[in-house]
Amino acid sequence: MPDSIPPSGRRDPGPAGAGTLADPAAPAGVASPPPGGDGARPASRAGRGGWARAAAGLAAAAAVCAVPFYAEAFWLQAGLFAMAAAIGAIGLNLLTGVAGQLSMGHAFFLAVGAYTYVWLAAEPERAAGHTLHGLGWPPPLAAAVAVAAAGIAGGLFSPIAGRLRGASLGIATLALVFLGQHVLFRAEAVTGGVNGRAVPPMEILGLRLADSPEPPVVLGVPFGGLEMLWFPGAALLALAAWFARGVVYGRPGRALTTIRDHEIAAGAMGVPVARYRAGVFVVSSVYAGLAGVLLALVFQRAVPEYFGLALALDYLAMIVIGGLGSVGGAAAGAVFVSLLPQLLTRYGDAIPFVAQPGEEGLSPSEAARVLYGAAFVAVLLYLPRGLRGLLPRCAAPASRARAVRAGDAGDPPR
Amino acid sequence: MTALAELLVNGLASGAVYALVALGFVIVHRSTEVINFAHPSLLLAGGYLVAVLHDDIGFWPALGAGVAGAAALGALVEFVVLRRLRSGSHGTLSIVTIGVDIVLTVEIARRIGAEVLPLGDPWGDRVVQVGGVTIAQARIAALGVAVAAITVFLLAFKYTSWGVAMRAAAEDRATAALMGVRLGRVSAGAWAVAGALAALAALFLCVFPTPGLDRATSFAALKALPAAVIGGVDSTTGALAGGLLIGVTEALAVGYQDEAALLRGGFADIAPYLLMIVVLLIRPTGLFGTRELARA
Repeated sequence: MPDSIPPSGRRDPGPAGAGTLADPAAPAGVASPPPGGDGARPASRAGRGGWARAAAGLAAAAAVCAVPFYAEAFWLQAGLFAMAAAIGAIGLNLLTGVAGQLSMGHAFFLAVGAYTYVWLAAEPERAAGHTLHGLGWPPPLAAAVAVAAAGIAGGLFSPIAGRLRGASLGIATLALVFLGQHVLFRAEAVTGGVNGRAVPPMEILGLRLADSPEPPVVLGVPFGGLEMLWFPGAALLALAAWFARGVVYGRPGRALTTIRDHEIAAGAMGVPVARYRAGVFVVSSVYAGLAGVLLALVFQRAVPEYFGLALALDYLAMIVIGGLGSVGGAAAGAVFVSLLPQLLTRYGDAIPFVAQPGEEGLSPSEAARVLYGAAFVAVLLYLPRGLRGLLPRCAAPASRARAVRAGDAGDPPR
Repeated sequence: MTALAELLVNGLASGAVYALVALGFVIVHRSTEVINFAHPSLLLAGGYLVAVLHDDIGFWPALGAGVAGAAALGALVEFVVLRRLRSGSHGTLSIVTIGVDIVLTVEIARRIGAEVLPLGDPWGDRVVQVGGVTIAQARIAALGVAVAAITVFLLAFKYTSWGVAMRAAAEDRATAALMGVRLGRVSAGAWAVAGALAALAALFLCVFPTPGLDRATSFAALKALPAAVIGGVDSTTGALAGGLLIGVTEALAVGYQDEAALLRGGFADIAPYLLMIVVLLIRPTGLFGTRELARA
């Protein structure tokens, strides 16, 4: 495999070069930081564009916070599901989109996160004839350790990943999914085997984020588990996206895109290739672990069957559809891929090609898979930058300048 | 001892079938440098055609139709999808095949439904006794047909102008094109041959002792992916060696599962992947793959 994924966009400015040189098209002052400015961010960006962006961000945050007060449980669950998927997809996009390391094993790291959390947080119990182990740790600690465990799993696999390129790496990570699922099915004492295991709810400062017989009422809305989980979920997604943007547009991102475009050249320019490749694998696994914990909390039951090949392909589809190498694109792709089956299930009777239960034809979940599989192919054929590629045409000058300044990490994959 | 001999023969027979599938991966990879993740869906399509048609037109015509259909589907995928992306890198092309696989597999799996479709093969569950070793006829047929198909393919690869064109394209696409090799035909041909081999393999993955074609058959095809990687994705010899290795490993894991607790509960299904990881740790390019040389 001579090439990594995606290929070098030779027409594009090199990530290292464009980051430092002023682009003629960029407004003056954007490229050169003022002396003694506020750190890495040039002061001139806090002009009118900056205020507009801040206002837009606040409005978006307010809108997200308002959702639990209006949306019904179906939408809350779908939204939380999409949030978890978005966190996982952002992590996978760092690995596959930015660094060009094809991973088909994301589902494995999700499973590590989810089951480590369940095992650490659950109390020991007897269910269906066998004993389930559990350590009964406080849930926040268990979640943190579970996320770390996923990172460690990624670190353990990185010696293998570091030796492989391109599609061979994809196949090796595919092996992880099958091996992992086998272990999950066999380790009944921890995972509950085929039937899965109930997930202990999160507890923050004595507040159980779960449905209770007498839910607390906030502004006239009874707050069940989903409503309460919504806020930490949104906060975690924002944190994950913010950190990933820092990685992509900062020094590590440039190193990773250089590795993706030409590994030998990157090494010759002084990028510690092996360390960065291992590092991005760990970071991506940490994201997957976080997504796994959140997914487990939303589902309230972790079933090994779920963490299979189909899930791994789902995540790959998310980042391809959203746009390889872009944080926002990964989130958009995650929302698309994870909401599509649920929307088709709910509104299937109004859509002609979706069959109802018991009818001949595509079931909603099958229709969703066909649709996003087709979207997957169509995006790569006609829209190489994914959904995100549609954006810059109508984006504000400030964000365009930022894209130029940062070397446009979302190189089109051709 | 007879138990071991039986296991080995069965392992070699299923290994030959895996080699057929792995050969498909290798052919596509050599001529287009793409890892064809859509291969399992081609296999499923071929098997499905045989399963649906054999009642009406008889087994052998159905097999012919299945092989032809899978070959046509392979060429169609190449023509409709991959050719539009000629300028894309091999990595992007490999990712596209994942999307193709999602669509095709969902559609065929939906048609199969929850049923197990018999393929109507003439061997049934008859067995042959050779010196105390019991072997299913279907296994012998699998071994024979796989060996014959692989031999024909390798001879064609070596001596026909099609084979020469394909090897030239694998060596250096630009030069081959300048020499008059029509790259489009070469890669469409490679996909068609891969599809045909996959359909043959589908038949033998679904005969005795397997009850028939079901939606999980594509997972069996995925097991040939480690076979191709173990051998080295650019080596036809490697595909054969990898396939046999996987087949024997799997047969032994099934055969001795009562002796060791580790082997129980579907260990045989993941043994190929475990083997692949071990091989990749020692030789990242596979047993027979070309080592990539690079200086940093």
